[in-house]
Amino acid sequence: MDLIELHDICKTYHLGEVDLPVLKGVSLGINRGDLAALMGASGSGKSTLMHILGCLDHPTSGEYLLDGREISGLTHREQARLRNQIIGFVFQNFSLLPRTSALENVLMPLTYSRENLSEHQKNERALELLRKVGLADRSDHQPSQLSGGEQQRVAIARALINQPELLLADEPTGNLDSLTSKEILQMFQQLNRDDGITIILVTHDPSVAQYAGRIIRIKDGLIESPGDAP
Amino acid sequence: MRLYGILKTAASALRRNIMRTLLTTLGIVIGVAAVITMMEIGNGASIAIKRTMTSIGANTLVIIPGAQNIGGINMGIGSMMTLTPQDAEAVLKECTAIANVAPIVRARAQLVYGNRNWVPTSIYGTTPSFLKVRDWTGMDQGEAFTEHDVLNLSKVCIVGQTIVRELFGGQSPVGKEIRIRNVSFKVIGVLRPKGANLMGQDQDDTLLAPWTTIKYRVVATSLSSGNQSATDTSSTTEVNSLSQIYPNITSSLYPVPSSIEQADLPQPIRFTNVDQILTAAKGADEIPSAIGQITAVLRERHHLLAADPDDFRVRDMTEITKAMSSTTELITRLLLYVAMISLVVGGVGIMNIMLVSVTERTHEIGLRMAVGAEPNDILQQFLIEAVVLCLLGGIMGIILGRGTSYLVSKVLHWPTAPSLGAIVAAVVVSASVGVIFGFYPAWKGSRLDPIDALRYE
Repeated sequence: MDLIELHDICKTYHLGEVDLPVLKGVSLGINRGDLAALMGASGSGKSTLMHILGCLDHPTSGEYLLDGREISGLTHREQARLRNQIIGFVFQNFSLLPRTSALENVLMPLTYSRENLSEHQKNERALELLRKVGLADRSDHQPSQLSGGEQQRVAIARALINQPELLLADEPTGNLDSLTSKEILQMFQQLNRDDGITIILVTHDPSVAQYAGRIIRIKDGLIESPGDAP
Repeated sequence: MRLYGILKTAASALRRNIMRTLLTTLGIVIGVAAVITMMEIGNGASIAIKRTMTSIGANTLVIIPGAQNIGGINMGIGSMMTLTPQDAEAVLKECTAIANVAPIVRARAQLVYGNRNWVPTSIYGTTPSFLKVRDWTGMDQGEAFTEHDVLNLSKVCIVGQTIVRELFGGQSPVGKEIRIRNVSFKVIGVLRPKGANLMGQDQDDTLLAPWTTIKYRVVATSLSSGNQSATDTSSTTEVNSLSQIYPNITSSLYPVPSSIEQADLPQPIRFTNVDQILTAAKGADEIPSAIGQITAVLRERHHLLAADPDDFRVRDMTEITKAMSSTTELITRLLLYVAMISLVVGGVGIMNIMLVSVTERTHEIGLRMAVGAEPNDILQQFLIEAVVLCLLGGIMGIILGRGTSYLVSKVLHWPTAPSLGAIVAAVVVSASVGVIFGFYPAWKGSRLDPIDALRYE
């Protein structure tokens, strides 16, 4: 069964009197274990699609099944819980809490988790993830003491703390140089391959997209090519 | 999200910008410190005022015999001769709310010293504890008479400042002899100046002597003649012919009872009576219970049946006690209101900073929402932050306030008294200020749209 099924998703923004349709009927399926790139020029609607995929926004119409569950009808609270449990986010600007250690940044999503873990278990899990992204010795460093690539790796560890099934990365390498970008993207590949996490990379950069097993192109609110499901 | 987690988050958020945290709490710190200092100064002031009021006589209760009715003529309050010195002793012994008791025998007579004479406002025959009751201990010169003098009918007296001025021309009277109705008294002490009482009566125009001496040597009225002040002018006493203005005229205010009348209405003479008993309650709050105790003791001693009216009256200084309590209450309340205003101002400061903080951390709010924070979590987080901020300010304020009031008492010598109520109130108020003024910013933060918040840089 597909992890994500989109059926005829439309999203229209109401700007005063004018209606601005951004998504005009997107249908898409993404398998469990996919590493997909969502490509499109700016204004193509890829960010809006990602927000809907990430349960941050409701579609105006259409059906969105995540893990077999209908999402579009959920309340804000239910969406929030879903984001906490199933989805991990990686942002272009890293979005780490300033003046807060890497460890605490990684731990942050756990405070909203319903999981009952002791402080010790939480710390163990966070340290384990930091080790995985190669920052075991920098757990008490603050974001300002870390390089861009290191910050993004902390952000990835943070996204993984609740053991999500889906990782949404919005231009994860947009603020990084090409060498670091490569490292980060290889890390995504590794996570996809070793842990079976479904990853969607949102990007406009073809060199980034080539790391993905599948490239979904979006243009003017419609899927231009769904790519090949591997 | 558990409380520990919330507190930890709040603490780390506040730690991230220590300088701003401190500046924000400053308003609350000053507010709470002001509340505590004001309350403590107010408390100290009210204690000092109470002490002053006590010296005016706020705690004083006067026991006066009731009115005597002779042949349908009411002789007025104080005319019955039912109070005895033994009553005074019993009141002191049996009433737990009474601190001191002094029986009083009044007289009005001329004092003579050398070629001067003077009629003081009051001549009191009493015991040494009179000075304690009236809070008049500590003599200006010389010393007070003793219980021994009372037992011995010693012819000694102590005089007030006015008598010193009028009779002795300001020279020290200690050791001098004065005459009261031809009885010679040795002056052994001079009272501290006390000024006029609330009725404008000069309290320094007082002569104090053992009540036994006044009773038996000076007044020496026949015990059947009612109250002395009424009889002083009319009755003839063999001892003193000087007090009679017109020695040959014997006019009487009341018809002289005939021998038959006297036989019909015998005046029982069984004991020595006193004109008043002056008592001091242990505190202003104990006055009502003291009145109850005195009434019970005296009714029993006077063998009154349940249906009989009291043959005495107990008077308290209601006017003064009321003035006292209303004054102190007013002062404390006034200070509290002033201090409360500064707390509110501090609260507004907190609200401002929290609003700035919410705006500044919009991106953080977006991020937290993206990783699964519900609007309630965000509300809680900022609310707790505000409350922690206020409580922090409260604690610092308590320390600062206690310190200030300590300094005030040490440096300015103002009376202060620590007030636990003020500290509890300050903590409660500062926490409520946090909730009240922290709610709007927190609510605003929780209503943010996660997408917009994430986009906000």
